[in-house]
Amino acid sequence: MGLQAYLTLAAVVFCIGLFGVMTRRNTIGILLGIELMLNSVNINLVAFARYSGDVTGMVFTLFTICITVAEAAVGLALVILLFRVRRTVTADHLDLLKG
Amino acid sequence: MMAGDGTLALAALLLHATAFLVLAIAAPLRRLGRPAAYVSILCAAGSLAAAVLSWRAHTGEAISRLVWTWLPSEGQTLATVGVLADADSTVMLTLVALVALLVQVYSLGYLSDERAPSLGRYYAYQSLFAFSMMGLVLAPNFVQLFICWELVGLCSYLLIGFWYERPAAARAALKAFWITKTGDVGLLIGIVLIWRHTGTFDLTEMRVLAGNGAIPLAGLSVMTFCIYLGAVGKSAQFPLHIWLPDAMEGPTPVSALIHAATMVTAGVYLLHRTDWLFALTPDVLAIVVWVGAFTALLSAVLACVQNDIKRVLAYSTISQLSYMMAAIGAGFSGAGFLHLLTHGVFKALLFLGAGAIIHAVHSNDLPDMGRLARRMPQTAIVFTVGALSLAGLPLFAGFLSKEEILGAVLAGGFAAPFAMLVLVAFLTAFYMFRVVFLAFFAAPPAGHAGAAAASGAPHVADASHHASHGAAAHEPHEPPSSMLLPLWVLALLSVATGVFFTVVHPEPEFESPAWLMPVGVGSAVAGILLAWATYQRRAIDAASLAAAFGPIYRGALARFWIDAVFERAYRLALLGFSRLVGWIDRYLVDGVLNVLSAWTVQAGDDLRTMQTGRVQDYVYGIAVGLLVLLLWVQFN
Repeated sequence: MGLQAYLTLAAVVFCIGLFGVMTRRNTIGILLGIELMLNSVNINLVAFARYSGDVTGMVFTLFTICITVAEAAVGLALVILLFRVRRTVTADHLDLLKG
Repeated sequence: MMAGDGTLALAALLLHATAFLVLAIAAPLRRLGRPAAYVSILCAAGSLAAAVLSWRAHTGEAISRLVWTWLPSEGQTLATVGVLADADSTVMLTLVALVALLVQVYSLGYLSDERAPSLGRYYAYQSLFAFSMMGLVLAPNFVQLFICWELVGLCSYLLIGFWYERPAAARAALKAFWITKTGDVGLLIGIVLIWRHTGTFDLTEMRVLAGNGAIPLAGLSVMTFCIYLGAVGKSAQFPLHIWLPDAMEGPTPVSALIHAATMVTAGVYLLHRTDWLFALTPDVLAIVVWVGAFTALLSAVLACVQNDIKRVLAYSTISQLSYMMAAIGAGFSGAGFLHLLTHGVFKALLFLGAGAIIHAVHSNDLPDMGRLARRMPQTAIVFTVGALSLAGLPLFAGFLSKEEILGAVLAGGFAAPFAMLVLVAFLTAFYMFRVVFLAFFAAPPAGHAGAAAASGAPHVADASHHASHGAAAHEPHEPPSSMLLPLWVLALLSVATGVFFTVVHPEPEFESPAWLMPVGVGSAVAGILLAWATYQRRAIDAASLAAAFGPIYRGALARFWIDAVFERAYRLALLGFSRLVGWIDRYLVDGVLNVLSAWTVQAGDDLRTMQTGRVQDYVYGIAVGLLVLLLWVQFN
């Protein structure tokens, strides 16, 4: 399979993630969407690394995975705190910055 | 002795400045009152000594310039400051120093009831006033002259409004300031035009240019007329004369200072100082004569109907200044200047004498006085000397200078103004002796007898001021020696000048006919006799005399409606214009801004609904925006 197939897969995963971020009403769902989008980026990085024979992309992917884990931990902690304060995790109700 | 240089004149000038600065900066000293007064008087005395020495050093043609560069411009000097001492400026300097000193001494007695801080303030103003006038007198160029000119106006504002808590005084001060300022605008324009025309502000250089005929005549009339406008405002010529009678709201010594030496004389002095310039524009000089003669007549008529002793003197000042103006306009400014000097002495005497009367009877109104000669014989004598000088009788100060002015106007070829001025001489003697007889010799009118002390008409500044301090009812008495001394000095000077000029008759610059002196003296004597018959003997009924001049009398009572016209013009023109400008500002300028701001607020209100506060709406925005950007990149 050529590079194009990987890129298409990554684009599809990214769009699914974006769709999830935009449509899910639950905050945890939104976090899951973000994870999907980040993983699509990882697919891109790995695909390009393999394609060009350069390991930099691979190394970078490892970093991204680590940071994604940390981000998920912080995000979930925020959601828990949010639930304690507001008694809800529905994104529609979190509109304190409304103009 | 330091003859030849202007150091002495400069010292006279700077002594007053020192007094002012000390009083202005050392506030504790100023608030002490009398010590501040002594400082000021000491400086004034030193200044007088320096001025006299400087005068003695500058007789004849001796001229000394002592100038410093002030405004350098492009390698040359645009303006200088310093002193230009010659025969005219130093004798004027001496007059200013003399009157300033005597007025300051007199004020010690006159304002003895004043609170200490305001007494200190008074002396600070007095020193500044004398300094400004001396700076004007000695000015070597138009720039310094103009600055001092404005300072003089400022000081008169401050001193007329000295009792600023009285609304009438505050209003009079403003009126004086604004009316003279109207003329000052003309002066400023004139100075700048002259500078454009000749390339110099310096009086000496300009005089040389004028002597060489190097000043182009085209357009010069406009410039000299503008300068004359300044003198019209300052020296109270028609129609800007209306501020001077109102200026009587100030303390009487201030009136003496303003009228004799420091303020109103500035205009006449300016014209005398620049007479070589005015000589180039005979058309403007003709205006000066006619306006002068008309103002003299107008104010002499007005003086005849005033009941307030200070207002009589105020109108007589206007009338005498107009005399001087007429002589200057006729081309013989020396005669006008001589009258300026003699008038300075006896007008100071008259005002200070009037102050002594007001001090004694606590009223400005003539009906409240009467038979004061018994109680205050010394005041009566000196005041009568002043009145005789003003009337221009032989052996008194005003005699020769008045004859010279009449002769000058006649020699200048102005027959009608000459006739008007002779009539004024008659009226002058009449109204002055009306005051003398009513105040000192005639019995007070029934109903007013003994009411003097208690009356204290509230509209009269000095009177009510004194009444509020003094005992409710007490006999009129001679003023304290600090007031009597200046009076006697001035009275002796009036007589001495009169006798001197009668004995040493200086050769006038013009031929005057032999009948001139009898006419002048005769009209004065006729005026005195009429006043005597009307107010002392009561052979002629004053009311029927007034009735004989029906419309003129009624017009004079209403000040010939000039004040009313000014007030109406102020209301209609100035306030109307202000209203128009106010409308434009409120509805056009502000309106545009208000509409703009309303639109901004409305737009903000509408746009804020975009901010939903929901994260996902923003993500939509980012996603759609990104999509649009991608498509745009793709298809361009």
